[in-house]
Amino acid sequence: MSENEPILKVRNLSVHFNIPTGGIFGGHAVLKAVKDVSFDLHAGETLGIVGESGCGKSTLSRAIIRLIHATGGESMWMGKDILKMSPKELIALRKDIQMIFQDPLASLNPRMTAAQIIGEPLQIHYPEVSKAERTARVAEMMAKVGLTPEMINKYPHEFSGGQCQRIGIARALITRPKLIVCDEAVSALDVSVQAQVINLLMDLQKEFGVSLLFIAHDIAVVRHIAQRIMVLYFGEVVEIGESEQVVMDPQHDYTKKLIASVPVPDPKEEMRRREVRRKLRREAAAAA
Amino acid sequence: MAGLTSRDAILTEYNQQLLNAPKGRSLAQDAVRRLVANKAAVFSIFLLVTILLVVFIAPYFLPWGYSQVDWANIRKPPNFEAGHFMGTDQNGRDMLARTMQGTQMSLVVAGVATLVSVVIGVSYGAIAGYFGGRIDAVMMRFVDIMYALPYILFVIILVVIFGRNPILLFVGIGCLEWLTMARIVRGQTLSLKEREFVEAARASGASPWSIIFRHIVPNLTGPVVIYATLTIPEIIITESFLSYLGLGVQEPQTSLGTLISQGSEVAVALPWMLLGPAVILVAMLIAFTYLGDGLRDALDPKDR
Amino acid sequence: MALLEVKNLSVEFQTNDGVVHAVRDLSYTLEKGKTLAIVGESGSGKTQGAFAIMGLLPKNGRAAGSVMFDGKEILNLPLKQINQYRAERIGIIFQDPMTSLNPYLRISRQMTEVLEHHKGMSHSAALAESVRFLDAVRIPDAKNRVHMYPHEFSGGMRQRVMIAMSLLCGPELLIADEPTTALDVTVQAEIIDLLVDLQEDFGASIILITHDLGIVAGTCEDTLVMFDGRVMEYRKTEELFANPEHPYTQGLLAAVPRLDKKVERLSTVSYDFMSQRGEA
Repeated sequence: MSENEPILKVRNLSVHFNIPTGGIFGGHAVLKAVKDVSFDLHAGETLGIVGESGCGKSTLSRAIIRLIHATGGESMWMGKDILKMSPKELIALRKDIQMIFQDPLASLNPRMTAAQIIGEPLQIHYPEVSKAERTARVAEMMAKVGLTPEMINKYPHEFSGGQCQRIGIARALITRPKLIVCDEAVSALDVSVQAQVINLLMDLQKEFGVSLLFIAHDIAVVRHIAQRIMVLYFGEVVEIGESEQVVMDPQHDYTKKLIASVPVPDPKEEMRRREVRRKLRREAAAAA
Repeated sequence: MAGLTSRDAILTEYNQQLLNAPKGRSLAQDAVRRLVANKAAVFSIFLLVTILLVVFIAPYFLPWGYSQVDWANIRKPPNFEAGHFMGTDQNGRDMLARTMQGTQMSLVVAGVATLVSVVIGVSYGAIAGYFGGRIDAVMMRFVDIMYALPYILFVIILVVIFGRNPILLFVGIGCLEWLTMARIVRGQTLSLKEREFVEAARASGASPWSIIFRHIVPNLTGPVVIYATLTIPEIIITESFLSYLGLGVQEPQTSLGTLISQGSEVAVALPWMLLGPAVILVAMLIAFTYLGDGLRDALDPKDR
Repeated sequence: MALLEVKNLSVEFQTNDGVVHAVRDLSYTLEKGKTLAIVGESGSGKTQGAFAIMGLLPKNGRAAGSVMFDGKEILNLPLKQINQYRAERIGIIFQDPMTSLNPYLRISRQMTEVLEHHKGMSHSAALAESVRFLDAVRIPDAKNRVHMYPHEFSGGMRQRVMIAMSLLCGPELLIADEPTTALDVTVQAEIIDLLVDLQEDFGASIILITHDLGIVAGTCEDTLVMFDGRVMEYRKTEELFANPEHPYTQGLLAAVPRLDKKVERLSTVSYDFMSQRGEA
């Protein structure tokens, strides 16, 4: 595998769901949640995926790493199709690809201590590591994500939302993965905490050289953290490109509308944008 | 020590430091704190523990055994001089000793049956709920079928198979009681497995079994404990009913249910035969109910 | 005279772990036809401060201070009297519209009921009026949609219905509690633009409670920033954004990634002002 070969190549990935329509004979409609999505991700790169709720961005991220079943296409991880891996290969893969979730508290088992939560992936993938060493590594990782190791025996409900998300990040990093899928990882956090977590993610990315698949509905956040942005609309990729280019010169109508809708904390700029939105709305009405 | 490298030594030392890290407050500890604040529940626990201690220890200090016949005192009201503090029954056996033995029997039976129903019900329900789909459908249809069959039939079959051994019989009853537990657990599992921490475990590569027993089952503690507390009185009543039919505990052993059914026949002539066992049964049922209520409040399934 | 004058409002909650001060010493005035934004992060007391005005606190909450609405004291009024205000003169928009829409009744029924009860309209007049309001909040095909159930609307449309309902009786004050937090950005922009337009048409005063400084800009005349139950900064919106005085406001503004400016690293909010205040 050459240096410039992407670590993840997704080709024509589709996910369809059968929605039961209620008939006694099991009639169902097909919901195409993800349609023909293709993209590449390079080592150390961050790709942002934006789109509104229900556009299929979470479904896509889970289908790529086979947490849910993809209907078609392929997801090549270092030259091997994840969708065709054997159960054994799949478990080995989980060591290389980790995930960070939206709800910091809900993504931690309330009956486990921080040590148990962060140490679990280690326990699964490196059962030969002694308990003492595991604890030491957990403590080291806690320090890296800005938690004091003295908190190692605390339970999730004793941490704040931001701290819980740090635990989630520590858990994702402990096996030294090559890719982390961040599913709305900062969306549920307060503005001030969000900034801290974003900074932390960017610092850790530099330190560990991990790639990020950063899913969010907030394009401003995505632009800040990602080198490239992919815009998803009703399960389809409508735009993919360099972050600056997508934000400054959006091509697709939906992207244009999305960018004009993001609030900007500047009254004059916001007035101007409201006019832009009114114009877009009038155009859309005229077209319809 | 052989094989102890310097790195291990450092690690061990480091671990010692971390062992001294402040312990967190677990959900269970929180629940205990809330439970202790609940007066009715604390009183119930106190009452149940007292009953438990008394019925298991006191018989050794009683002048009469539960099967011993006092030919001089048959059908007699409480008589302190003769050592019959609660009177005697028609066969001249000491009612206090019999009541204690009966309570013992009822508690053991309820405990065993509940334990069996919890173990089977939780595993079965969690597995069905977690795997879902066809496995779930097959497993739960089996439960539905078991529900539909009259359990008296099963009890008779069990008696035929196991003979009149009360403990085995009630293991059998536990094996039937698990049905409701399995349904409750399955329902809870269905919602638990959609939670993000379960998905996080899956994304980390945890095996289904480790997810079920490490992530799902511990989080079922609330509903399971509450339902188990409510199952105990249910089994005591079932046992009374079976004994009444002559299927349960056999003479000379007795149980609360048997004592009450015998006492009720002669309630007017020999009221002391009914009063003692009835008071204990009612006290235990009320205590278990209040304890269950207290546990429900303490183990509030709401996330905190 | 100001429409709403809040003076030294404080809100306390009696909890198992003791008394929690959710709001301390909150004061502001709102003129007729103006918009005030109350901005804060979770736990800042922004919502409780507004709910206290309406007597909407949970049972363990207590409010003290003074709230003058149109010259009359309305804080801690008996339920019957405050209900009169809630129904006719003060409208509320919640974050989740489903909390105040009855899922079992058609929108038409829920809207006409209000009009018939409070304005004594006939059913047909009330229905026509309801359709007019749904039109005003830009619900397409309002004439037919008025007969739908709440769950048949999308999130954004539901919030529009909610806004229409809160406007039915011609309230003088509209309290919007995070009206767009649950919505997509594009829908959020539409709803905020709608609120701005509606205010021009209906002339109601609005209190907009939000965590997002972005939607405040260009929407509200005045902005009040809260943290830990206290007022950090309360000024004209334009001045606040152009030249934030309080370190907390400065920190908040710098912590949000913005589309119009690219920064290498987000600055985080420093809470040094807390310790400084503690020493003072």
